[in-house]
Amino acid sequence: MAETTISTVKPEGNLVQRGLKEGLFAGAISLGLFVLFVGLKTDQNMQNELILVPRWGLLAIFVIVAAVGRFLSIVFLQPWLAARKAAKAEEVKAVTEEEGFFRKHFNKIAIAALVLYPPIVLSLVGVQGSLKFVDNFGIQILIYVMLAWGLNIVVGLAGLLDLGYVAFYAVGAYSYALLSMHFGLSFWVLLPVAGILAALWGVILGFPVLRLRGDYLAIVTLAFGEIIRLVLINWTEVTKGTFGISGIQKATLFGIKFDASPEGFARMFGLPMSSAYYKIFLFYLILALCLLTAYVTIRLRRMPIGRAWEALREDEIACRSLGINTVTTKLTAFATGAMFGGFAGSFFAARQGFVSPESFVFLESAVILAIVVLGGMGSLVGIAVAAVVMVGGTELLREMQFLKMIFGPDFTPELYRMLIFGLAMVIVMIFKPRGFVGSREPTAFLKERRAISGSFTKEGHG
Amino acid sequence: MSPETSSMNSDVILKVEHLSMKFGGLMAINDLSFDVRRGDITALIGPNGAGKTTVFNCITGFYKPTMGMLTMTQKSGQQYLLERLPDFEITKTAKVARTFQNIRLFSGLTVLENLLVAQHNKLMKASGYTVLGLVGIGPYKAEAQNAIEIARHWLEMADLVDRADDPAGDLPYGAQRRLEIARAMCTGPELLCLDEPAAGLNPRESAALNALLRNIRKETGTSLLLIEHDMSVVMEISDHVVVLEYGQKISDGTPDEVKNDPKVIAAYLGVEDEEVEEVISVVEGLQGGAN
Repeated sequence: MAETTISTVKPEGNLVQRGLKEGLFAGAISLGLFVLFVGLKTDQNMQNELILVPRWGLLAIFVIVAAVGRFLSIVFLQPWLAARKAAKAEEVKAVTEEEGFFRKHFNKIAIAALVLYPPIVLSLVGVQGSLKFVDNFGIQILIYVMLAWGLNIVVGLAGLLDLGYVAFYAVGAYSYALLSMHFGLSFWVLLPVAGILAALWGVILGFPVLRLRGDYLAIVTLAFGEIIRLVLINWTEVTKGTFGISGIQKATLFGIKFDASPEGFARMFGLPMSSAYYKIFLFYLILALCLLTAYVTIRLRRMPIGRAWEALREDEIACRSLGINTVTTKLTAFATGAMFGGFAGSFFAARQGFVSPESFVFLESAVILAIVVLGGMGSLVGIAVAAVVMVGGTELLREMQFLKMIFGPDFTPELYRMLIFGLAMVIVMIFKPRGFVGSREPTAFLKERRAISGSFTKEGHG
Repeated sequence: MSPETSSMNSDVILKVEHLSMKFGGLMAINDLSFDVRRGDITALIGPNGAGKTTVFNCITGFYKPTMGMLTMTQKSGQQYLLERLPDFEITKTAKVARTFQNIRLFSGLTVLENLLVAQHNKLMKASGYTVLGLVGIGPYKAEAQNAIEIARHWLEMADLVDRADDPAGDLPYGAQRRLEIARAMCTGPELLCLDEPAAGLNPRESAALNALLRNIRKETGTSLLLIEHDMSVVMEISDHVVVLEYGQKISDGTPDEVKNDPKVIAAYLGVEDEEVEEVISVVEGLQGGAN
């Protein structure tokens, strides 16, 4: 008891004293270290003679930085870290109680927020101003959410590392573009068709890779993605190669078109003509597709096939010993994941009105996979959060024009996108190695549902 | 052999005939033939490297044997040639389940989920191969509830009900062994193959395992084929013992017969080939003296 009171009274004076001492010490050491390296510089003068140029100012800066840094670290940083650690240890119990309400209703709150997003944006920034927020932020992020949830079935649940997922996205987009161009079919007919075609390609990819695992599987799927892209580039009679297909039919709302014609949406409701209405319609469309993906994934996880996928991720040999046909199980995982990629692809084509192979490069696959890994493999909420961070983050960078005032007019923040991206991923992986949501929700329970810590689940190896 | 089993084990559930397995130039199993009788606990023993696990892998389809015939006869009289079936069909249709020497649980799934995965084929059918179950038509809901009840039953048998909602990887070693057996039983097998179920267990866990195996046989009539090193387990629970050495059968009979077989003693004590005859004569002399 006596000791603790002493240690709580003493610190202030003691700490500063210690900080001063250690700071001086650090300064002395750095002086000794740097006096020859920094303080003196060898150079040549006009007569080509070797001379010593003293740089006492620079040396002083080095020494001061070391001394002051050490002092600050002793006096402020270390006590702060210790206090935080102690506070954290005490908080543990309280946190679980407090998070209850928000955690429990997180899904409902998130869906409500998404449904209310367009009207709120409209009322805040007007019809034309809403374009950017609904299109760049809303739709763009939701497309990636859907793609990542689709890939999650293959990578997160079945544990099959697929680096060529963008191929199915491409198949969906081109299916819609070509079929609507040649046969004039509507978006609503072609949406399921694009999904089915993508699923078919998923099975076609699935067959040759059934026996492959881990790195080998990843390489083959990577190659598959490239093959699809190269076919799109080179099969010019059908795909028009790198020119891409433009003028793709837009989606309609129960037959109501979003154009300037008298039957168009704007005229019909007596609204001023604006492309914002189409974007808002697209926003709700992709939101519905996302929710469908989430619903199907949640349902599938509780079905025998979903459990078989997760079991496959955990141990393939044990699966076979339990009478599970691993061939069909893997193929259904590929097909289901690809189907959602196909849906997203046909939506993408309808939104852009233009598709070209440029949209389906490997980087897209990498970004989608990064979202899945960052979010926590298998977790829908985590993946959605990761998509918001990754895609929304890059869009935000575009908006940071004020940085030009700091770094000069040549500074373009978008160019640092990849740098920040990589840095963010490394940081997240250090602090959350299993992604934002590392735990796994069990699909059935006897007494109580308890999340399973990520340290038990496996990443899959094939 | 206990009297009540000897009366019912007249028919053979698994007939292994002239089984051979070659890995390159190595003959892992050489012309092995033995029978597993229905309702029996049959033990397959032998020194390390004798080919016991290879026999298991042949029976359960993980290896395709170089030669030989494996005939599985179900209660209904239906016969299957195991060497011709792919591995998952052996569990699914021929009803032969197995466990592994190095436990293979789905460690990230809960204990209950492990047992539900084992009932995959039945649930798959009930869910109309996912399609009907996804839209909520058909008997899937009832069947899923039934599957949980079956799982609960096996959890009670294996004394794991309290851990049902914990991840399987979190269980202690002995419990993992019992869970793996319970999981294999959830596939509804007629023949259960256990690869060293007592390995790494302490005496108390070992006794619990013996009780579990006996209960399984008593309650379901499942025949058991087990590989075991722990002689206390083998001698205590098995009705029939087959001894392998260098891929060949050297003895076959009741635990008592095998225990006193000079060839088995020689194999386990490790004598030179020339000395086998000597050991045999010594043992026979001892037995003569005892009689």
